[in-house]
Amino acid sequence: MIRFVLRRLLAAAVLFLIVLTLAFAAVALAPGDPLAPSDPRIPPEQAERLRALYGLDQPVPVQYVRWLGAVGLRWDWGQSYRTGQPVADVLFEALPPTLLLAGAALLAQYLLGIGLGLLAAFRPNSWLDLGVRVASLVVYALPTFWVGLMAVLVLAVGLGVAPAGGMTSAAAFELGPAAAALDVLAHLWLPALVLGLSMAGDIARYTRTSVIEFQATEAGRAARARGLSESRILLVHGLAHAAPRLLQLASVSAPLLLSGAVVAEVVFAWPGLGSATLLAIQSRDIPVVLAATAYGAVLVIAASLAADLLLARLDPRIRAE
Amino acid sequence: MRRSSLPPAARAGAGILGCLALLAAAAPLLAPRDPAEQLDAAESSRRPPLSSLLVVRTVDAEPRLAESVTVERGDLVLARRSGSLRVPLGSVTNYGDDGIEERRRNWLGTDALGRDVLSRLLHGARVSLTIGLLAAALALTAGTVVGACAAIGGRFVDQALMRAVDGLLCFPHLALVLLLAALYRPSTALLVLLIGGTGWMGLARLVRAEILRLREEPFALAAAAAGRSPAGVLVRHLLPNATTPLLVDASLRVGASILVESALSFLGLGVQPPQPSWGSMIADGQSHLTTAWWIAAFPGLMVAAAVLGSSLLADGLSDRLAGLRAGRRAPWAFRTWLGVDAAGSRR
Repeated sequence: MIRFVLRRLLAAAVLFLIVLTLAFAAVALAPGDPLAPSDPRIPPEQAERLRALYGLDQPVPVQYVRWLGAVGLRWDWGQSYRTGQPVADVLFEALPPTLLLAGAALLAQYLLGIGLGLLAAFRPNSWLDLGVRVASLVVYALPTFWVGLMAVLVLAVGLGVAPAGGMTSAAAFELGPAAAALDVLAHLWLPALVLGLSMAGDIARYTRTSVIEFQATEAGRAARARGLSESRILLVHGLAHAAPRLLQLASVSAPLLLSGAVVAEVVFAWPGLGSATLLAIQSRDIPVVLAATAYGAVLVIAASLAADLLLARLDPRIRAE
Repeated sequence: MRRSSLPPAARAGAGILGCLALLAAAAPLLAPRDPAEQLDAAESSRRPPLSSLLVVRTVDAEPRLAESVTVERGDLVLARRSGSLRVPLGSVTNYGDDGIEERRRNWLGTDALGRDVLSRLLHGARVSLTIGLLAAALALTAGTVVGACAAIGGRFVDQALMRAVDGLLCFPHLALVLLLAALYRPSTALLVLLIGGTGWMGLARLVRAEILRLREEPFALAAAAAGRSPAGVLVRHLLPNATTPLLVDASLRVGASILVESALSFLGLGVQPPQPSWGSMIADGQSHLTTAWWIAAFPGLMVAAAVLGSSLLADGLSDRLAGLRAGRRAPWAFRTWLGVDAAGSRR
């Protein structure tokens, strides 16, 4: 098991290095000069000074090694072109909200997906089953950001059951810790639900097939032969049968969730990594964009690593490989 | 494949996609107006669906729009959102016996700049479908080439290619796509490259597995024994037999590509104005959500229709595939937002 973990960790590190290199190459090869779009009235000597300040006067390979060294040794991503703040600080503030949103969405997606999948599996080929299958296709087809906008329109603006955006109320700083947490929760549930919805369909379909399939296996027939109740067969044994694949689905859905989080953050004005990245892209704040790319990569790689390790824990055949 | 043998879901999906393609192809004929036209923008902006406005043409100025007109002491009085406007009746060129007869109907409403939503939807269909189809075609080609090379290229090539695919599958595509879309001027070609170039890995695995399976079938062994070269067997015998699973995946890929394109355009990193695209139309509507819901609502439904069509087609095809292989269930194809297609086939 330890060898397996070490091998996976090494692979993750190599993958991260490749992402960093590709991201750097993309920036280095991109046309245009990061200082060019600024004010043409900046005198040339001033521009030279800025260039030297950001290390842009060096040849590209030197820039690459310096950058990689600073990142690797000190987690130093340089300074934001826009605000002059250290990039690591900017993104460090944005990370917890994104993790909160993505985590809540993951929970919503599994609760919804497994619940609906089991409901459909209880009565295969019934109207309920058909409804769940059709619904899962439809929610996949709806763009997340559009569902978000419509949810804001109907639920927040129309019915007033949720705030229209943001993570906290304007007066949140006056609240005690418990009230503040409730306040965040009130802002969280709608974006998390919207974000979780698109993958919930796939999870429902998967749960349904897997649980139905289980009943035809020897284990399923044995469970029935022992006289277990129908609901116990489906809920306990069927779900256990589906668990490894459902877990695998989590690792596949991590990139999806993260990219969904970017658009969901924009729709719900959620102050996370996605909003920060988009702002940086719009203002061509290259150090922040580079770092945000890397943060996104870290999250995705870590999620798939965690899922792989959990899976290996569940299934000894994978460790032996 | 005989048409009559397609399951109803696949036929419905193909029908939806076909209709959308037809609408896109005939957009210039069907669109009531030019998608970029902003006639009298102050008056025509954010008009609700099914509303209509009168067009008043005069000799000296641009045509003006009005909700209604009355004649008062030799002047034509235009009832407008900004108040009433008097125009000398003599200068109006299209005032007839029945008053002004020229009406512009806003079937699906107008956006904040007074452009016709229906016309923009139809023209946007061309952009979204083109990108979706081309990206899927690119992914299909790349996936087939890589998968086939891995399957018949020998142990070393196989290992190298499949490890590369493994790495790319857990690659955070969105981060790189955002980065590239931010650095380079977004164009249709770049979008196709980005979306197609990040969506072929699942297909490569699928093709490899199919070829390895088919290679052991009697017909393939017979062809090889008859002296056909490995490449000849691949092209003439193996790939044609792998068509259906490839079509299933390619069909899913079309929908996934359309979703990615719409999300990128929504973020302002995809199709650039003035070219209309469903995603950027939704972005336009975001700031007018409470006063003009129709700007964002309709393009979202179009995206959903296109993606649903491609999902239904893929589902139907894979049901048929499962039937063909009686007993061998087709792997459920799971999709993710940025092109990973793995849960069915990972390891």
